[in-house]
Amino acid sequence: MTSASQALEADLTDLLERRTKIPVAPDADLFELGVVSSLFAMELVVHLESTYDIAIVGPDLVMENFRSVQAMAALVRRIQDRVGAGTGV
Amino acid sequence: MSAPESAEHRLTVLGAGVMGVSIAALASGHGIPVTLVDIDEAKLDRARTALPQQIRLAQLVGALPRDRVAGTLVTGTAVAAAAGSTAVVEAITENAEQKSKVLAEVAAVVPAGTPLITNTSAIPIAELAAAVPHPGLLIGTHFMNPAYVIRNVEVIRGPRTADSTVDAVAGLLSAVDRHPIVVRDAPGFVTSRLLHPMLNAAALVVQRGTATVEQVDALMQGCLGHATGPLRTADLIGLDNLVDSLNVLYEHTGDAGCQPCDLLLRKVRDGHLGRKSGRGFYEYGGAVA
Ligand SMILES: NC(=O)c1ccc[n+]([C@@H]2O[C@H](COP(=O)([O-])OP(=O)(O)OC[C@H]3O[C@@H](n4cnc5c(N)ncnc54)[C@H](O)[C@@H]3O)[C@@H](O)[C@H]2O)c1
Repeated sequence: MTSASQALEADLTDLLERRTKIPVAPDADLFELGVVSSLFAMELVVHLESTYDIAIVGPDLVMENFRSVQAMAALVRRIQDRVGAGTGV
Repeated sequence: MSAPESAEHRLTVLGAGVMGVSIAALASGHGIPVTLVDIDEAKLDRARTALPQQIRLAQLVGALPRDRVAGTLVTGTAVAAAAGSTAVVEAITENAEQKSKVLAEVAAVVPAGTPLITNTSAIPIAELAAAVPHPGLLIGTHFMNPAYVIRNVEVIRGPRTADSTVDAVAGLLSAVDRHPIVVRDAPGFVTSRLLHPMLNAAALVVQRGTATVEQVDALMQGCLGHATGPLRTADLIGLDNLVDSLNVLYEHTGDAGCQPCDLLLRKVRDGHLGRKSGRGFYEYGGAVA
């Protein structure tokens, strides 16, 4: 894993642990744990957009992308790659 | 290729409160341009922020389409902004006098034949029809909160509502993917007539000390399958609006069960209006627009 990806997962884990007050593994199913509601997912959308300077819109805006720290990190990387390749937003 | 269904519609929504914003989000989220009118500029400020947020939240949970460009939002403080609309939804405060006045005003500025749709919870359509020049154009739609999540819409046909108005509203509802259930006119129609006295009774149970707020909701949810619990539902509606609607029901039916109980009245007096003010029967993290 690249250090950028690690930093991304660490940032998300930190945010989630602060908010949910439970330890969160990168692959933990946050819906099953009952810690991510749709309103909280919306907060995460806004957080990711402002922190990583991306827009989460259209088909990316689905709950499934917020099921785990890994899923969220993958979403951010996908959008960044797309923008980098000049096909995004 | 024919234009998308949303291209035929230009909606004006009167009132930018809980329901006005929710209905505007439903329409805009389906690509329909919306003009939102409120006498309170602060409400319009909040609506301009809340509307895109509500649309995105609805898209996130799959309640609104993700492939649609949102319809533009224009806001204004005068009903004159409704000129050029293909339909008007009135969602101002639950008060017959105020609704009659604003419906008459808007009827004077929209193109001839434009359907006027009231989102009243309880006032008979026949009563409001007396205020407009063409009563055939007036119809009730009782969107529920949030309008973009609840697919069924109670549509109320007044005694003078024209067939063409019923058809026009069916077309609009189909463009926003809602399913109409057309019923006849009466105080509170079906849903408010059944729900609001029950919510009042739930508050009375708490007032009398029979059970706590949490216990009432837990019993109604866990034993009787009520989706959100009556007191959480009351908070979602807005306790001021619930009291207004109960008063309308009581005046029209004389049913003592519709007379708002002291606990409800006290909460409204103290400004604890439910979700929209951050506190009602429950505490919420900050006011939700
Ligand atoms: N809250 C619900 O769950 C719910 C559900 C179904 C129907 N309704 C009905 O929808 C209507 C609106 O309810 P709400 O809960 O949104 O109320 P609300 O109190 O949240 O909002 C009403 C808005 O209307 C505005 N207003 C008042 N007079 C006006 C005028 N003359 N012109 C323009 N704006 C004006 C107010 O400034 C306010 O912003 C009511 O008739 C209510 O009974 C409410």
